[in-house]
Amino acid sequence: MAVTTAEQRTAPKATKRKKNAFSDGQGTLAAMLLAPTLLVMLLVTGVPIVMSITESFFRANGGVDPNTGLVNTGTAFVGLQNFTDIFAHPTLVVGVYGSLDRLINAFINTSLFTVVCVVLETILGVAMALIMARAFRGRGLVRAAILVPWAIPTIVSAVMWKLIFNTDGVANKVLGLSNTPILWLGDNKYSQMAIIIADVWKTAPFIGLLTLAGLQTIPAEVYEAAKVDGANAWQTFVRITLPMVKPALVVAVLFRTLDTLRMFDLPYGMIGPGKYSVETLSVFAYQEMSATRYGTAASYSIVLFLYIVLIAFLFVKLLGADVVGDEELKAVNDQRKRMHALNKKQGKAAAVRSNITSGSAAS
Amino acid sequence: MASKNKLARLTLSVLSATAILATAACGSSTGTTGASASTSTDASWSKTGPINYVQGKDTSGNVQKVIDKWNALHADQKVTLIELSDNADQQRASMIQNAQAKGASNFDVLSVDVVWTAEFAANGYLAQLPTSIDTSGYLKAAVDSATYFNKLYAYPSTSDGALLYYRKDLLDAAGLKVPTTWADMKTACAKVKTTNPTIDCYGGQFQKYEGLTCNFAEMVNSAGGAFLDDKGAPTVNTDAAVAGVQWAVDAFKDGTIPKAALTWQEEQSRQAFQDGKLVFLRNWPYVYSLANKTDGSSKIAGKFQVAPIPGLNGPGVSTLGGHNMGISTYSQNKGTALAFIQWWNSADNQKANTIATSNAPTWTALYTDADLTSQFQYLPVLKASIDNAKARPKAVKYGDVTLAIQDAAYNALNGTTAPKAAMDDLQTKLTALVK
Repeated sequence: MAVTTAEQRTAPKATKRKKNAFSDGQGTLAAMLLAPTLLVMLLVTGVPIVMSITESFFRANGGVDPNTGLVNTGTAFVGLQNFTDIFAHPTLVVGVYGSLDRLINAFINTSLFTVVCVVLETILGVAMALIMARAFRGRGLVRAAILVPWAIPTIVSAVMWKLIFNTDGVANKVLGLSNTPILWLGDNKYSQMAIIIADVWKTAPFIGLLTLAGLQTIPAEVYEAAKVDGANAWQTFVRITLPMVKPALVVAVLFRTLDTLRMFDLPYGMIGPGKYSVETLSVFAYQEMSATRYGTAASYSIVLFLYIVLIAFLFVKLLGADVVGDEELKAVNDQRKRMHALNKKQGKAAAVRSNITSGSAAS
Repeated sequence: MASKNKLARLTLSVLSATAILATAACGSSTGTTGASASTSTDASWSKTGPINYVQGKDTSGNVQKVIDKWNALHADQKVTLIELSDNADQQRASMIQNAQAKGASNFDVLSVDVVWTAEFAANGYLAQLPTSIDTSGYLKAAVDSATYFNKLYAYPSTSDGALLYYRKDLLDAAGLKVPTTWADMKTACAKVKTTNPTIDCYGGQFQKYEGLTCNFAEMVNSAGGAFLDDKGAPTVNTDAAVAGVQWAVDAFKDGTIPKAALTWQEEQSRQAFQDGKLVFLRNWPYVYSLANKTDGSSKIAGKFQVAPIPGLNGPGVSTLGGHNMGISTYSQNKGTALAFIQWWNSADNQKANTIATSNAPTWTALYTDADLTSQFQYLPVLKASIDNAKARPKAVKYGDVTLAIQDAAYNALNGTTAPKAAMDDLQTKLTALVK
């Protein structure tokens, strides 16, 4: 009894205070203005997602009538079978990692490409950004040269690299392997390397570009101060450049990660479909679709979808990627945090008080 | 509310992932009733009117000219050309989409690859042609490729068979005749190599794609094996079939076929032959005129000839290629469509088309036509090849079948799996796929 009264005493204060210190009371207007965009998003993204999820629970009846040769029509609800078949009825294929289920093989490929490509791209991209940020003669030329790969459509670069990695192509000639050529375009670990090389070549400039933008926001004074304090180049890079460029870099890496996870054009255009050593989840889902098995195609897409959502979520959680970058939102959140902390403090104080009151009531 | 920011971030990640899902959702419109569709529209063979003719990208520039000729004769039954991608998989996808949307793209006459016939017929995408049609003048193998369950679903339009291109100059210099067996070919190579040590022996298409299926089928068939028996049951792990595979595996091991051939498609193998790196090449007829070009692109112009492909104990068995013309089940003017494909594939038009595009005809008499044989000297050899040719398995799930064949072939040829084990595995897979 005494406790409730104590809470009642402090509660009205909290509710009286405006929920959102930065709100200007125009929430309804904002909602109205955003409604058309939200509606379009719902139509072009929400509806397909829901349709895909529904599709993934169905499977075409298939089977051929032995008398007429015609295919049995219609689809049947199979629940989660499209997903569980990975374990119940695996389709074994031989990729680089031995005999595995085709989906698991594609999953490993996707993850491998993502990790290796993004790590290499980040290192190279940051290096490119550092070079591009320097003031020297011909800087414009260097910047343009670095950005050229990013400007080429992926499928075009896929065909280009296909020519380079041909058995009697440039790659083997440069490596001096004309007599015992490496079969880059076959279906082996070299095909994986070829994909990684082509992808890093194409997208390291992207990270470079975003990092460059970040670098240019670092004030020169900080570097001057570091120089005065006697920091060497490495210390300056690790203690100043990296931390200050981190917000931009993390976003760039996040975008690249999400992009690489759904890699399609390079493996498909360069090495070809049905090559298990480079088959990614996107390619596999596409192959299932072209075999007119829409149910399984949808379910594999959903596996990839969930995987991407998970990775994006982890990025935001662990690395604090600030994708939205909204100043007001940030301020609102900070304010909320402060209020939360304050409330906690007050709550504690109230609890102490209530303890005292209840104690006095008991006595 | 508490996590509006989090929500916004999540929405963003969701957005970036949606593109993929949309791909799968595009094909959502399932439930095409193949069986009922093909029966309900049988009675409309007399309806005439404008139609669309659909085929892959026309690289010859000849198709529109032929259509103009038809349009001049039939003002009220105009034909419009719809060109699809030059990629066969995408052509197939477009045609399937049209059928699943019940003819929404207004495709009437379809130019279908011989390997799609079974899938398109079984799913009711193609209308069964009237039984009154007489196909006796056409190549038997080509007609068979347009037939499914003893019913005709398309009109044979162009055909294709494999040829063995050989270096006549080198064989003559060594005093050799064209080999008809694989063993003869190997001995011939050994002899040629004594004077040309760097030359490779034999090339084909062994990259993992449809061409591998064709080449691998020739290995199996030319050794007396077969993918399917007369009743359609798989027979790929018989001794004969395994012997064919074994030869190819050994040929890769001892260098008869260069290792690089594992990444060759038609063009790469043609390039190698034209550069004088091969004594023998298995390829399609289109190579003949290109390798004879005297503009410097070919080092062997005039130095080669063609022959039927060799086999284990005698002449080999080619894989049949080509295109047929079918009529969409959902076509509104089937009368015009049928008249158009019959007109297109008449002897005169096929002859004109062959001259313009150098695609092999399906009208048997054209193979001995003096005008054609003087322009395309390989025609008699091609006729022999096609007469003896075998179709790839007629399977409704052809895409899965060909991938299973390629898996087995590629693993066997690159030495990952022993031939017998690969074929046993293929037998299991095919049994599940064609039942």
